[in-house]
Amino acid sequence: MSGAPLLAVTDLTVDYHTRAGEVRAVDGVSFTVETGQALGLVGESGCGKSSLALALLRLLPESAQIRQGQVLLEGVDLLALSANDMRAYRWNRIAMVFQSAMNALDPVYRVGDQIIEALEQHPSAVSQDPAERVRELYDLVNLNHNSIDRYPHEYSGGMKQRAIIAMALACRPDLIIADEPTTALDVIVQDRILRELGNIRRELNMSMLYVSHDMAVIAEVSDVVAVMYAGKIVEYGDAAAVFKRPIHPYTRALMSSFPSVTGEKHDLATLSGEPPNPLDLPSGCHFHPRCPFATDVCKEQAPPTVRRGTQWADCWNPPGDEADG
Amino acid sequence: MAETAQRASAEDARPLLTVERLRKHFPAGKTRFRRHTPLVHAVDDVSFTLARGESLGLVGESGCGKTTTGKMLVRLIEPTAGRVVFDDGAGQPTDIATLRGKHLKEFRRHAQIIFQDPYESMNPRRTIFDTIAEPLQVQKIGALPERLDRVTEMLALVGLTPPRTFLFRYPHELSGGQRQRVAIARALIVEPAFVVADEPTSMLDVSVRTGIMRLMSDLAAGLGISYLYITHDLAVARYMCDRIAVMYLGKIVEIGATEEILRSPQHPYTQALLSAVPVPDPTVERPPVTIKGGVARQVDPPARCRFFDRCPLADDSCETNDHPPLEHKGQEQLVACYKA
Repeated sequence: MSGAPLLAVTDLTVDYHTRAGEVRAVDGVSFTVETGQALGLVGESGCGKSSLALALLRLLPESAQIRQGQVLLEGVDLLALSANDMRAYRWNRIAMVFQSAMNALDPVYRVGDQIIEALEQHPSAVSQDPAERVRELYDLVNLNHNSIDRYPHEYSGGMKQRAIIAMALACRPDLIIADEPTTALDVIVQDRILRELGNIRRELNMSMLYVSHDMAVIAEVSDVVAVMYAGKIVEYGDAAAVFKRPIHPYTRALMSSFPSVTGEKHDLATLSGEPPNPLDLPSGCHFHPRCPFATDVCKEQAPPTVRRGTQWADCWNPPGDEADG
Repeated sequence: MAETAQRASAEDARPLLTVERLRKHFPAGKTRFRRHTPLVHAVDDVSFTLARGESLGLVGESGCGKTTTGKMLVRLIEPTAGRVVFDDGAGQPTDIATLRGKHLKEFRRHAQIIFQDPYESMNPRRTIFDTIAEPLQVQKIGALPERLDRVTEMLALVGLTPPRTFLFRYPHELSGGQRQRVAIARALIVEPAFVVADEPTSMLDVSVRTGIMRLMSDLAAGLGISYLYITHDLAVARYMCDRIAVMYLGKIVEIGATEEILRSPQHPYTQALLSAVPVPDPTVERPPVTIKGGVARQVDPPARCRFFDRCPLADDSCETNDHPPLEHKGQEQLVACYKA
């Protein structure tokens, strides 16, 4: 973790054109990911976390537009690259695993052949024999070699997700972007995939951006956590620090409303209201209508950044004595 | 809710529902060239009771038969075999597994279901009033003005206030959380004795989910409703259920008081399931999950323990004997395992 970060995102802003008007999905988001680091991006549906992940790869749908910002991968601005140059970055340098990955495999081709195809698209990345590389990848994700020549329908959900991870790792990327990769899986399968992903990441010193709505999963996979609400990162910091002493009232609410099977059974907090409509965002701090600590200033002006060590949050009235100013 | 259940059971020891040896076998891959039709044993010899005012959690992975069980209890699916004796204290205890015609319709007043997906479980062309009033219409309860009053009352009860502003809106104008509140209102308007709740919060956001969970607990306590609460999430079951039944491949492998099961799970499958649940604390290192392989086959399963192929404790006796019966292991804890 020396020198410049692997990925530096600055002031990234994404708008969607809809029939009802312009919707700002990602609103001036900045963060960095160091080499070997796992950043967990947590938020509820519609907060912009998936749009953010897609924007980094320049895979947003046509109705979306990146208004401003920079995405620097080792100093190269991905947003300024030509479409062709960007294609060379995807898979090679940044790979992705999506929730819908279950459907990302073509049903009429053998799974192994699909991974070979991905390898052949990027011949510079891996010099060895593609078939050999596929066997190596299957070992890495704990899939049996005899399933290489099978079709996707012969795979279980967990096996498909493993194959997709193998495909994402095929070209030895520096950064893997995972958007809810285990959400559709049962807990025991999820546990295995998360453990394997962690082992592989440590082994290859790979960075990861892990997007999820699940606080518990985020707690387990991340070194650093970013909490998103209504298009903005509202809190950021070391996972241990954020989970131990969250600054932002939203982070606090998320944590105290999350049930756990271990420890004392505490009363679950209920947050009033619902996440805001992106077409009609509340003024000032977007969280103020649901915030138990909101005062007049929260309704009028965007909140300032409060810091505690490397942890920060955007809030006018951080509850308790947490903030050091 | 635990207190409610105790009070209720003190008043009347007879359970509201007694499920005995319930089975559902679906034919799989029927062809005319095969004499034997292979059968998927979706639910296989399941027995339990549900007390008045109690909330029983049915927990397990996808495909374990929890939803099929729930649907049989409200007779959306007809059981292959077994009895479901319903006894609300008002009439004679009846086996609802074989009810037909007007008796079945009469039973539906007492048993309702809430589905997982609030977006799919409502007719998009019906107003909220029509949606919630439909059970009244089906059961021919009340005239229009009374129904309007009842629906308004229910809307207020489930926290959709002011009710008048919701009456004539359509499902697409509501958020997921609000729709699930409508689904709850629709289920409760006929004052049922029990409700099957099939993953009612798993599609909702965390910040909305707690509100729905609390609403369901409060309503159960206030109206004395029993729940069969189906979920894959043990953490949610902890907050919603007095007792938990863990299902694996059509069988209940462990059943008991919620905290007792979470504190000292006895069946190796329950232990694995619990140890696989992520913990929302980055400083906690979970021990590795001990079971191997994937879910075994459900089509014409062998007679031995369903968990045999994945069990870390299994030995020869587990292979040669039939699936183990549920036996007492704790105070109220029943476990189906020879080795536990």
